[in-house]
Amino acid sequence: MSETDLFGLCGAGLVGLGLFGLIAEGLPLRKILAFNLLGGGVFLIFGVVARRGAAAGLAGDPVPQALVITGIVVAFSATALAVSLVLRLLDWEEAADPSQPGESGEAQS
Amino acid sequence: MSAADLSLALLVIAVATWTIAARGLYPAVIGFIAYGLLLALIWVRLASIDIALTETAVGSGVSGTLLLRAAARHRGKVAIAAPASLTVKIVAALLSAAVSLAVALALLLPPGPAPSLAAAAIADMPRVGLGNPVTAVLVAYRAFDTWLEAVVLLLALVAIWSLARGPSWTGTPVIWGKAAATPPLTLLAQLLAPAGTMIGIYMFWVGADAPGGAFQGGAILAAMWLLPMMARLIRPPPIEDLWLRRSLIAGPAVFLAIGLAGFATADAFLAYPKFYAKPLIILIEAALTLSIAATLTMMVAGPQQESEAP
Repeated sequence: MSETDLFGLCGAGLVGLGLFGLIAEGLPLRKILAFNLLGGGVFLIFGVVARRGAAAGLAGDPVPQALVITGIVVAFSATALAVSLVLRLLDWEEAADPSQPGESGEAQS
Repeated sequence: MSAADLSLALLVIAVATWTIAARGLYPAVIGFIAYGLLLALIWVRLASIDIALTETAVGSGVSGTLLLRAAARHRGKVAIAAPASLTVKIVAALLSAAVSLAVALALLLPPGPAPSLAAAAIADMPRVGLGNPVTAVLVAYRAFDTWLEAVVLLLALVAIWSLARGPSWTGTPVIWGKAAATPPLTLLAQLLAPAGTMIGIYMFWVGADAPGGAFQGGAILAAMWLLPMMARLIRPPPIEDLWLRRSLIAGPAVFLAIGLAGFATADAFLAYPKFYAKPLIILIEAALTLSIAATLTMMVAGPQQESEAP
């Protein structure tokens, strides 16, 4: 088995782990974490395909490599938006039910 | 395949499992940051240094900062949704294993030799005057994708700002509560920020010919702006600040202007005139670096709050 096969299997495993977390986790922030694990696996699989496309003196096909860079940055912006939505949702829950043990003072600071 | 590769792959799987299985949110986020750094090592092994830099800076560093901050605010609060029941977990595990297996089989038994555009990418590199094929794909061959990506970043920031508590589009993001910075953090910010800023600018500049570029450089600059903010050495700018707004739109605006000029000078949108390709690309990259740094910083800083007392 070559190193690209190995890392491809690693990517496939990460996709499965991320998918499991996305379904089974209860906390929205943990779902976001799992979603990022899944994304990392998908990028890795794409990177393996890029490495297999090595030609013309390059160690890998630069087109998938550039797409993965774009993907990582877009995944970050989606994560940032999702995190902001979750934190806003927490604010709402606290406002609706002040008996909860949340420290709204910390959030307000 | 070497023993080092095998242990690296196993370590990534183990850390990813920890991120899913850890009891607390905080340890899970720490696991995720380690996962990003280990993934970057795999990218180095796959000869994709550009991606390794992006994964370290954006996927692990800036994302990690954002998630740590969210985990800190989440602490002690009740879950919005209950964890899944055992039945759901078993079904989810079977489904995920099936998906993993299918992907693994597809990778181990590919339908043919991997497609490659490497030869086409190399062929036109002298024309755009770049030495790094990945940068050539990003700002020349697939410039439209990259321009749209810069716009996506901006839209995501606008969406985050729209989640502010108050009705107003003015105010300052709040970073990390009111607690005073610890002396080690202050020292780190004082020592690292100047050096890191140089590294960020260098990484953008060297991107034309070596691994690096606007995204990697911009992410490092964002980190070097966030660090003194967390150490209370500087304050985040109010979101209505004119210079901030200009920095945010500089990248997409310069990119679009040069792209439209391509109609007149090179007969196509986002095409570069023959002898001016490289200076124009450097100009676009410089503006993009500034915008990416500002956008990532403001995304981590989060929604604005109206100032209670000036």
